[in-house]
Parts: sequence; structure tokens; C-alpha cells
Amino acid sequence: MRQPYFLIHLAKDLRLEWRSKDAINSMLFFAVLVVVLFSLAFDPTREASRQIAGGILCVATMFAAVSALNQAWARELRHQVLDAQRMASAPGAALFLGKVLANFIFVMAVEILLAPLFVVFYNLHPLGNAWLLGLVMPLGTWALIVNGVFFAALSIRTRSRELLLPLLLFPIFIPALLGMVLSANAILTGDSDPGLWIKLLAGYDIIFTTISLLLFEVILHAEG
Amino acid sequence: MKLFRWLFAAATVAALANAFRVAMFVVPADKEQGDIFRIFFYHFPSAMMTFLFFFISFVASIVYLVKRRSNPAGALKADALALAAAEMGVAFCTVVLITGPLWARPVWGIWWTWDERLTSTLVLYLIYIAYLLLRRFAAGPQMRTLAAVMAIFGYVDVPIVYMSTRWWRTQHPSPVFFGGENAGIDPSMMPAVWWNLAAWLAWGILIMSWRYAAEHRLQAAEQREALKALEV
Repeated sequence: MRQPYFLIHLAKDLRLEWRSKDAINSMLFFAVLVVVLFSLAFDPTREASRQIAGGILCVATMFAAVSALNQAWARELRHQVLDAQRMASAPGAALFLGKVLANFIFVMAVEILLAPLFVVFYNLHPLGNAWLLGLVMPLGTWALIVNGVFFAALSIRTRSRELLLPLLLFPIFIPALLGMVLSANAILTGDSDPGLWIKLLAGYDIIFTTISLLLFEVILHAEG
Repeated sequence: MKLFRWLFAAATVAALANAFRVAMFVVPADKEQGDIFRIFFYHFPSAMMTFLFFFISFVASIVYLVKRRSNPAGALKADALALAAAEMGVAFCTVVLITGPLWARPVWGIWWTWDERLTSTLVLYLIYIAYLLLRRFAAGPQMRTLAAVMAIFGYVDVPIVYMSTRWWRTQHPSPVFFGGENAGIDPSMMPAVWWNLAAWLAWGILIMSWRYAAEHRLQAAEQREALKALEV
């Protein structure tokens, strides 16, 4: 039996990353730098760090992911690989899904490596259900990566590609960022129930995954 | 046609002048807020026009995507309309975002608050600026397709932003229409609201039609250039 197309794309991206480790290394170092810089800039107490840690983790991931997402498609431009993809019999949605899954795995790996560092630097001791973070972070990361991969594919066609991606991505990502930060804060401080925000994140993920999969073909064949 | 356009322009200017007269001199000042309340007659119609024109842009973008293969000429018109409406919406949204803080400062005591409607309007503004930036940065015929996709993404995001900020916090008063009891404004002020809504709607349509015509002429010129390049 033949593998589904998106798994082939995923395997290719994972193999490429395994050989170069460009994306993970740069993202990880960038995120560590952001964490250190924020820690120095605000010098938070234990109480204050609970309030801001969720936001800093999300924003650090967001900036780190943007730097890697620009590379995700630039890699395909070399030797006209993208043109070959366009002519391949695999549907565009499969290419997109493979790319999203690969980048999702990279960013989740960075977050998992970053988490212990966070606990150390910010003296974190969550007061709510810490295991819920295991739900919030993947949902928020998925929201970021689905839109990020989509808009990276969109901005790769324009004149100033690296510049344009954050300009397009951040306004669209605002509700998911809000959901991610507020649910992380609710979990860390234990003050309120994060359930509503987790539902918002799940809804956002479903809506944007659907329209991205539907519209990716249009983006891929935008010239014709 | 040209005569009609000039007549429409004259009628729009007359309506704007009358709307100004009614808003400033005819309706009474607000009981609690006094004369500062009159800024509402510009704030509210601009907000309505913002949503209307962004909606037009959204629909025109979908029409463009659907028709771009089967009916290229019609699709180009839809694209010009999408651009004109988005620019008009951004212009109105700018007015909303300027009059809002000017009014909030004396009434609420603060320039800005991260409340549901303020935040969602601001995010809407940012999304459509990103849309206009994309149109500026992308080159060639593919730009129209990319921009249409971006417009759809942006419009889908709006209700989500609204719901998320609604759960977050609320300070802005209830909607003027259909806001339930105790919402809305005194009936004696309604003439100013209606006059301003009608006048700004006419103004928006007027400017949008000019912008649309200009963009359409630009597209035609581009196509002539491309055709000439092919022939040589």
C-alpha cells in the first residue's frame, strides 16, 4: 500500500531537518535569547513572573517560529523544487499539511526544550492544573504554524519576503495569541478557569486549518 | 453618466453640509455629557461604514477568486472594487480610531482601553493595513489572487477577534441598534444620526466609485502594456 502524500512530504521535511538542524538550532537559540532578555529587562519577582511568564513564552515562540517559517519555503525555492511540486500529481493540500506537521514538530520540540529553562529562570511554580499546559501549548502552536506556513507560502511570492511574513501573520494571529496567553496565565496563577480560552483556541484551529487547506491550492497556483 | 456622477457629488456635499448642521446646531446637547457627545454623530456612522466597506471588499474578493479563470474581465472589476472598498474602509476606520479616543478622554477619563469593540476595531484596522501592504509588495498578476486570499482570511478573523475580546473585558456601551433596553440614545438625537449615516454612506460610495474607476483604468493600461510586449 502506498503512503498518503502528506506523510511523504512530512518524511522529506523531517529528513532534511535531521541532516541540517538549521531550523531547530536557530529557533532554540533565538527563543533562549528572548527569555533571557525579558528576564533581565523586567527582573520579575516570583509573583510577577507567574503573571507574565505565559505571555513571554508565547511571544518568544512566536518570534522564533517566524524566523524559521521564512526558511521553510525558501528551501523549496532552490533548484525550482516548488515548481516541481506544482507539477506533481499530489494535491497542494498534502504538501501544505506535510509542511505544517513538520514545522509543528520542530516548534513543539523547541518548546519542550525551553520549558525547563523557563521554570529555572522565572522560578515558576504553577498554582493551577499544570497538565492543562500540555493541551494549551500544542493548540496555540498549531494555530501559529497553520497560519504561519500559509502566509509564508503567500509572502514568498512577494518582493520583500522576510519582511512581509510577520506583517501578515501577526494581525491574524492576535485572537489565538490572546487565548494562548490568557489560558497559560490562568493555569499558572490558578485564579480563573482556562476552559473558555482552550475552547477558543480549538475553534480557531479548526476554522483556520479548514480554510488554509481549502485555499492553499489557490496560493500554490497563483500565477496561472 | 458623467453628469450623473457630478450631480451625485453635489448631492453628497449638500447632504454632508446638512448632516453637519443637524448634528451641531439642531439636536439638543446630551444630558450628561454635554456638547462632547456630538462627536458620536461622526464616530458611529464611520464605524458602520467601516464594517460595510470591509464587507464589500470581502464579497468582491470571493467573486474575484471564483471568476478569475472563467471570466477574467469581470474578475478584474471585482478586484478593483475589493481594493477600492478596502481603502475606503481603512479611511473610515481611521476616523473611528481618532474620534473614539478624543471622545473617551473626557467621558471615560482615559484615551484607550482594551475593551472588546475597541480591540476588535483596532485588529480589523491592522488586518486591512496588512492587506494593503500585501497589495503593494506583491508583484504581477498573482498579487490579485494573493490579496483576495488575504482578504478572506482577514474577514474570517473578525468574528473570532470579537468573541475573544468580548470574553476578555467590556467597557464600550451597548450597540445603538438592537442593543436591548436602556441601550442606544435619546430619540431626539436620531435625526442627526440618520443624516450623518446617509451623508457618509453617499460620500463613501462616491469616493469608492472614483477609486474603482481609477484602478480599473490602471488595470486596462497594464494589460495593454502586456499585450504590446507580447506582440513585439
